[in-house]
Amino acid sequence: MSTPPVSSLNSGLRITFSGVEKRYGMRMALREISLEIAAGECVALVGHNGSGKTTLLKMAAQLSRPSRGKITFYSGDAMISSDDVKRRIGMVAHHTLVYDELTAEENLVFFAKLFRLPEPVTRARQALEPVGLSRRAADLVRTFSRGMRQRLAIARALLASPGLLLLDEPAAGLDPEGQQWLGATLSGLHDSGCTIVMSTHGRNETQGSVTRAIRLEGGKITHDSGVGGDPSGVLVMATVRDSEEGDAS
Amino acid sequence: MSLAQSTGVILAKELKTEFRSRELLGTTLVFVLIIIVLFSFTFNPTASESRRFGPGLLWLAFLFAGSLMLQPSFLREQANDTLSALRLAPIDPFSILAAKMAANFLFLLLVEVILLPVFAVLYNIAILPVLPQLVLVLALGTVGLATTGTVFSAVAAQARLRELLLPLLLLPVLAPVLIASTEATIGILRDPSELSLVWLTFLVAFDVIFLTTAWLVGEYLLEE
Repeated sequence: MSTPPVSSLNSGLRITFSGVEKRYGMRMALREISLEIAAGECVALVGHNGSGKTTLLKMAAQLSRPSRGKITFYSGDAMISSDDVKRRIGMVAHHTLVYDELTAEENLVFFAKLFRLPEPVTRARQALEPVGLSRRAADLVRTFSRGMRQRLAIARALLASPGLLLLDEPAAGLDPEGQQWLGATLSGLHDSGCTIVMSTHGRNETQGSVTRAIRLEGGKITHDSGVGGDPSGVLVMATVRDSEEGDAS
Repeated sequence: MSLAQSTGVILAKELKTEFRSRELLGTTLVFVLIIIVLFSFTFNPTASESRRFGPGLLWLAFLFAGSLMLQPSFLREQANDTLSALRLAPIDPFSILAAKMAANFLFLLLVEVILLPVFAVLYNIAILPVLPQLVLVLALGTVGLATTGTVFSAVAAQARLRELLLPLLLLPVLAPVLIASTEATIGILRDPSELSLVWLTFLVAFDVIFLTTAWLVGEYLLEE
């Protein structure tokens, strides 16, 4: 497995959340989130299950609308439209977002066509190479292991060379070698200027590039290492609290 | 990407996945065949009774087929949350619905075309002389069935008790299509045959209204 070519990547997007709230029925999933993520930052979202990390990522991906507040995207200083944002977002979610009934290559060709990428078949084959799935390109996804599906999910997210990469626990299901590869890939994307926002649990190889850590509790931001701050304190705190909860349960 | 292009890409994916497994088509075909045969054995109709009651039984069987076939349309997208993957793409959200409607229309029409000769034999009805008119009514009725069914499949997929909810939502709403299609088919099979413009216009109006509504509310239907 190798990292994707840096030259093909888009410049990063800047996102601002202004007083964002999300309510599901009576339950508040996010409360008064005001946050600016600068272009090229690599942000780790930490917190317990149900703290609002996934909801925040879904709203950044425009999969969910805020109940209150506003989310704005900028490329450089210019605000960009919803359609342009979609063109430049890559997402790895809890689920793989790929079709079990299609082969790995068919999946990527399908999404390359939806993103109107030139030469979709070539693009799909190129995307399968760094994730180590070239030899399984013609196999149905339903025959893949959990780790292989996760690698395909990552290939799908990187297919359109995103300027904003949203990752929901991307290391889940990956073996140590896969985690190392993902860490190197994220590092390459970060170096190229891509904005990365990921939710993460505990310490793993993906946190090497993290420039900022934000802790969510009950849908509110409780700790933010800030732009240019040292994220290790918030990351260590998250690891300690998570392991204490694990011991208690 | 234009609406037609993205609809075409998603439709091609829908057809590829279904024709690869043939799960839905096979099951629905057998299900409707059983219903048509059971109706035939239960009523044992004479030739004139067949022309009078046959169309109603035929459309009822197609309606049941629709409620069975349309259910997995959006449920399939839930397994790996692929609906989110489609919504992440820079396409008109209506193209997702339009592709599903087109795929469901083609699948239902295929089942109907296969079962029509079986119906003709079991009910002793000569369909060849009136085949073009019959195909026109089948197509218009099936557009109504596929359009409405796909919209309600998207609604039901996000609810609890989704398997029960779709027929409960769908069958009452499709009653006008059932009545219009049945009346138009009765007219065609009558001796002398007559294509009722009133019922045809009704079917066209129903199809246009539901397609327009789906286009207007499509984006909201697919949201969480």
